[in-house]
Amino acid sequence: MTATMQPKSEAAEAPRRGKRTPGAGENTRPRRGPMQFGHWWWALPGIALVFAIHYVATGIGGFFAFTNWTGIGSFKITGLANFEAIFKDPTKLGALSNTLFLAFGSVLLGNIAGLVIALGLNRVLKTRYILRTLFFMPVVLSPLATAYIWKYIFDFDGPLNAFLAAIGAGDQAKPWLADPQWAIWTVLVVLVWSSTGFAMVIFMAGLAGVPVEVEEAAAIDGANLWQRFRNVTLPAIRPAVAIATTLGIVQGLRVFDPIMALTGGGPAGATETLATQVYKQAFALGNFGGGAALALVLAAIILIFAVLQQRLTRSNPED
Amino acid sequence: MFRYTKLTLLREVGLWALALLFLTPFYFLVTTALKPDTELFTTSALAPPTSPDFSNFVDVLTATGNSNVVMGLVNSAIITAGSIVGLIALGSITGYVITRSTRRWSKGAYYLFLIAIILPGQLGAVPLYMGARSMGLTGSAWGLIILYTGMLLPLSIFLYANFFRGLGTDYEEAATIDGASKSQIFSKVVFPMMAPATGTVTIFAGLIVWNDFFTSLIFLGGSANQTLPVAMYYYIGSLVSQWNSIFAIVIVSMIPILALFLFAQKRFIQGFSGGLKG
Repeated sequence: MTATMQPKSEAAEAPRRGKRTPGAGENTRPRRGPMQFGHWWWALPGIALVFAIHYVATGIGGFFAFTNWTGIGSFKITGLANFEAIFKDPTKLGALSNTLFLAFGSVLLGNIAGLVIALGLNRVLKTRYILRTLFFMPVVLSPLATAYIWKYIFDFDGPLNAFLAAIGAGDQAKPWLADPQWAIWTVLVVLVWSSTGFAMVIFMAGLAGVPVEVEEAAAIDGANLWQRFRNVTLPAIRPAVAIATTLGIVQGLRVFDPIMALTGGGPAGATETLATQVYKQAFALGNFGGGAALALVLAAIILIFAVLQQRLTRSNPED
Repeated sequence: MFRYTKLTLLREVGLWALALLFLTPFYFLVTTALKPDTELFTTSALAPPTSPDFSNFVDVLTATGNSNVVMGLVNSAIITAGSIVGLIALGSITGYVITRSTRRWSKGAYYLFLIAIILPGQLGAVPLYMGARSMGLTGSAWGLIILYTGMLLPLSIFLYANFFRGLGTDYEEAATIDGASKSQIFSKVVFPMMAPATGTVTIFAGLIVWNDFFTSLIFLGGSANQTLPVAMYYYIGSLVSQWNSIFAIVIVSMIPILALFLFAQKRFIQGFSGGLKG
């Protein structure tokens, strides 16, 4: 597509004089001031596509947040009614708190697990690359496939209950996914399982940047393992921590596929998140206006956390 | 100083134990998929099959209609490859121009793309669907390729822009002095140098497009051109607790991406960690 955007006459315009003439460098610059690279209009197709698919479509969707549109037919502008409805509906408030719980829970646990594994794999281990590959494997799987595997593990006739029975804790067996108290924890386990490898890889890259000499010097000076981690390793990998957590939170706030495949938001709304509610309102229940309003709330929350994270990282001394 | 001691051995063994525990879901996946129907409810969920057979896999690969898995594999491959080409072509040139341009709007354009990365897709889904339908782009591989290219373009541009930031203009200046045109500089000098960024974009976009379920479910709805995750979804939809058949199709859907990952795991992991520093 881009090939057609480049004019054929371009080559003829280029200055032909002064090829590799020593000392002629100054005169051969085609323009005064800083050199220009590329034509500005090369960016137009990309800008147009992003503008149409992200901004125009989202803008139209955002407009419907202030209407009672069902998805087809006519509609009326209802002002803030959709937003008022959100904050009066316990299901949606529950979805909001579930979303925050899952996003922060999965980021916290996934990053701690990823950091511990990365620290364990750091340096001298003989099989570190095989282990790294094994821990990373869940990351490349589709969320849908991952969710089906775990759905069976948490099934009443599944391996988890069979294991509990085998170790003599059969009375603890329960239908995990159908239990209002436990269902959200099963979702959290799945999210942590599929994100740990990702955090690990980011931390391993960060740890690889810590000079061995500094760590050795600290060890010789008598710093113990914790002091070495706290004062040498952690400051060096702070940028890695920032990136891993920001991405994790943005991803976590949008979580959709695993929940739809695992619990469908049930039982009784116990695992509903903002994303599943948006989908259900807009596509299944014919309340596109309400769904759009909820999506707008979700977008605002994601933006707030993304900006907050950026601020926090900026103010930290990075070296 | 950091030598291989007894303590290191202990750490290595411990991590292997952790890795095996971490990967137990794969054990259940494989053993259950190999169980014939008669064993599914008679053997323990923890036990391997007593007489493993591959009939579940045969059923999966011979399914027809909108759960035609072979068709889904082909469609997913075409759509993923097409989207990657689009994302590299548009992403590299747009990222290049907005990084190198000294014009005032280029910074604005950068933020335009940055914000687009975090906008939730659901808000625009219905207007997009209506727009695509009116242009006849639903139900076809082309429509999805354009759609995925547009959806992931901000990420692609962001990765390329970050890469250009760290790249000095020396080569481009030298090429200008040697008389190369702007398009020659881009295609002959700049593009070959950004192979690491192209690798990262390929891996990210490839994984996201290959694994995506929601978009292809909506935009290919009802047509015979299903992608792999949608074919899997329909196939599983007709099964209730037939975990051996369900897991057979889950395995079939995983093999291509897992094989590619194990084959090029170093590139994958470099792509993930390298693209996100910066």
